[in-house]
Amino acid sequence: MGLISLYGLRVRRKYLLARAFRRRRQLQPVNDRTATLPSQPILLFSTVRNERVRLPYFLTYYRRLGIDHFLIVDNGSDDGTREYLAEQPDVSVWTATAGYKQSRFGMDWMMHLLRRHGHGRWCLTVDVDEFLVYPFCEARPLRALTDWLDSGDTRTFSAMMLDMYPKGAMHEHPYREGQNPFEIAQYFDSGNYMISRNPVYRNLWIQGGPRARLFFADRPKKAPAMNKTPLVKWDRSYAYVSSTHMMLPRRLNLTYDDQGGERPSGCLLHAKFLDTFATKAQEELSRGQHYAESHEYRAYREGISRERDLWCNWSEKYVNWRQLEVLGLMSKGNWA
Amino acid sequence: MTLGVVLMCHTALDRAAQVARHWAMHGCPVVIHLDRRVPEAEESALVTALADQPDIRFSRRTACEWGTFALVQATIDACEKMLAEFPQVGHVFLASGSCLPIRPVGALQEHLAQNPDTDFIESVTTADVGWTVGGLSTERFTLRFPFSWRRQRRLFDGYVALQRLLRFRRRIPEGLTPHLGSQWWCLTRRSLQAILTHPQRPRYDRYFKRVWIPDESYFQSLVRQVSTRIESRSLTLSKFDYMGRPHVFYDDHLHLLRQADAFVARKIWPQADLLYQTFLTPDGDRAPRPDPNPGKINRLFAKAVERRLKGRPGLFMQSRFPSRGRGGNRLAGPYGVMHGFAELFGDFQPWLARAVDARVHGRLFAEDRVHFAGDEPVFKGGLSDSAALRDYNPRSFLASLIWNTRGETQCFQFGPEDDQTILPFLTGDPNATIFVITGAFAVPLWRSGKSAADVRPWAARLQKIEADFLELLGKPDTKARVRIWSLAEFVENPAEPLQQLVDDLNPRAPHRDGDLPELVNLVGFGSFLQELRNQGMQPVLMGDFPSDDQLAQPEQAFSRPQIVR
Repeated sequence: MGLISLYGLRVRRKYLLARAFRRRRQLQPVNDRTATLPSQPILLFSTVRNERVRLPYFLTYYRRLGIDHFLIVDNGSDDGTREYLAEQPDVSVWTATAGYKQSRFGMDWMMHLLRRHGHGRWCLTVDVDEFLVYPFCEARPLRALTDWLDSGDTRTFSAMMLDMYPKGAMHEHPYREGQNPFEIAQYFDSGNYMISRNPVYRNLWIQGGPRARLFFADRPKKAPAMNKTPLVKWDRSYAYVSSTHMMLPRRLNLTYDDQGGERPSGCLLHAKFLDTFATKAQEELSRGQHYAESHEYRAYREGISRERDLWCNWSEKYVNWRQLEVLGLMSKGNWA
Repeated sequence: MTLGVVLMCHTALDRAAQVARHWAMHGCPVVIHLDRRVPEAEESALVTALADQPDIRFSRRTACEWGTFALVQATIDACEKMLAEFPQVGHVFLASGSCLPIRPVGALQEHLAQNPDTDFIESVTTADVGWTVGGLSTERFTLRFPFSWRRQRRLFDGYVALQRLLRFRRRIPEGLTPHLGSQWWCLTRRSLQAILTHPQRPRYDRYFKRVWIPDESYFQSLVRQVSTRIESRSLTLSKFDYMGRPHVFYDDHLHLLRQADAFVARKIWPQADLLYQTFLTPDGDRAPRPDPNPGKINRLFAKAVERRLKGRPGLFMQSRFPSRGRGGNRLAGPYGVMHGFAELFGDFQPWLARAVDARVHGRLFAEDRVHFAGDEPVFKGGLSDSAALRDYNPRSFLASLIWNTRGETQCFQFGPEDDQTILPFLTGDPNATIFVITGAFAVPLWRSGKSAADVRPWAARLQKIEADFLELLGKPDTKARVRIWSLAEFVENPAEPLQQLVDDLNPRAPHRDGDLPELVNLVGFGSFLQELRNQGMQPVLMGDFPSDDQLAQPEQAFSRPQIVR
């Protein structure tokens, strides 16, 4: 990598930071409680749109892991999402009515909030359908993990997305508010992930899972990326490049060991494929506000009308993080 | 005589206070050393919290940077205070604020009462220590370390390199033999007093001020000069990882800690409420203790370090992606690649599955789709039979397949018609065994019934691809095990190569005499080859294939299998 391209990455990072800064006025505070944060809080950042039904379990799940405060941008919901969030004592809400796509799929807003509130703190950036699982998560709160990462001067923790799906058609098991979505979407693909190294950003690019298997079997290049770095000890000079898939400065992307060892990592259980999905796909298609011209959603709609069941004979039923570790989807590293 | 505890504290002061109180309540005087860098407000909070305990005192505060002499100085100050203010103290136990007594204090006191003259301190000569980090063991004592390892790593490393280059060596004070060991010890009053009042101490202090991590060597070395009885083990359970970072205990380690034979454990995560609740009850942990099994703890942490450094071979995932030289060329288990067998035998796959007790796939890299065993559309782990997905990243495809089926040998058919991009990887994988019958590709062409003139261009193409493959196999950096037979060689006596194949893939497979796959009838193949020659192509890879009248009838060959054993 030449000096010029390295400089190019720096320019790119500065551009992303400037972009986020320029769009700060798109965010209107609804209920900003960040002034009351305890010292060294663990923060969660998210952008939502019409997720009223999913939010109660989402908040419960992450409260139990030990998130101290939620910083959420509501992108023009009309189902009571904003009102619900504003009532929560540990949530700060902003609204943004501008286009999701024009704000880099919400990342500009996220990055502005990260820069404002995340500097020097552990920040978890996830979507409302992503649930973090890390080694020992049933026994140790997130703080144990961040303390341990701190002791080794590690600033990033990778968690690959794991698409969870039900057995049978999605509409057969309607999702109830407050329910654990993984009571319905119990299954996942355990070993069909394609990994390559991105020489420019140095991150691993992972694709695969049921989406690649069913919707992108003939155009694998378009299959969605599964690698994510959601948990970061943020610094105001950091930038997320594409969703939370990769970061700048690029050393932050070295969340893997290339010497044969295993670094610790987790998984983001992805509860996308519930009965809420079909309506969501329809809505997002008409809005055209999603990644790659809603390519994903279009593929789903076509794929789903053809074959509604993501389940196959070799689908694995989710048990706990230890199972994911044995399957080689995540690792304890040297955390014991 | 009682036990006195010196507590070195710098964070999680509420927990330190809790532990100090626990010691004091059990009749152990405590001297707390608080790091100079802790803010005054926190200090006064700690002092107030412990104000009701007359036997808890505070020593002079020093800023303790890791790896420096300040830590030793702080320990000396606290110990001097302990010896001066509590004349009843017979043993001094050095602990940190994040240490937790995991056995009743009474048990420790009893243990010390039984060994009134014993110093419990890990103290090993540098030659015998295997755990030093950064390769600095003897050099800790012979180089100078003016720079901070944490804050000035480059200067630190550079200065070490420079001193090595200049062959600089400090002289170790006469009479002193450097010893290393855990910094958590328990010394008798007599030994400690002797160390602190040693006539040579100013000299030793001057020397140790430039030794690296002196808290692991100061008392460990000096105690050898004064002690009458050393038991070289620490009473504190303290494990370090490969970076020299202490392992931390959490609530879920409770059961493990109950099996420890040490009296105190370090380091405890400050928010491990269950551990503090369990072990800090007035009479200690009341649950029945299982038999001590310290090996279990050692194994747990050794395994964790091994996973971090070596990982699971053949696993490629988000946090393990080894480069080629570090295991990136190695898949999770042995597997067999069969080149040219399916062409010669009608029932090769079922036979092989039977003979070597393996999962035998068809052409995994065929152009139309992936032919998994049993022609399944999806295979273990959710691998799809889509050729596009496979060709998008053939390495990940194969790595996943072998990883998903750990514990079961995989075999698959391969040939010049298949996608060849995986080949450089296959030949570089020490876990691959590649069996090749060269020239077998011509058999299906011949059996297709088409004329030699029609298949000639295709045959030439396949021969070229196969020749390239053979060239690749012959390269010196091939790591795979390779067996090559020419078609002519093979049909002369198929039983022997087949036996070799079975032996290679499963050395413990039961030997089945006479169970051999059925070779296709090759009468007429010789003339087909001649016909190809007549059309202007030179079929070379088949070897010297006999003309039809010389060809031994396959039935005959099988009636007398010649298996060399």
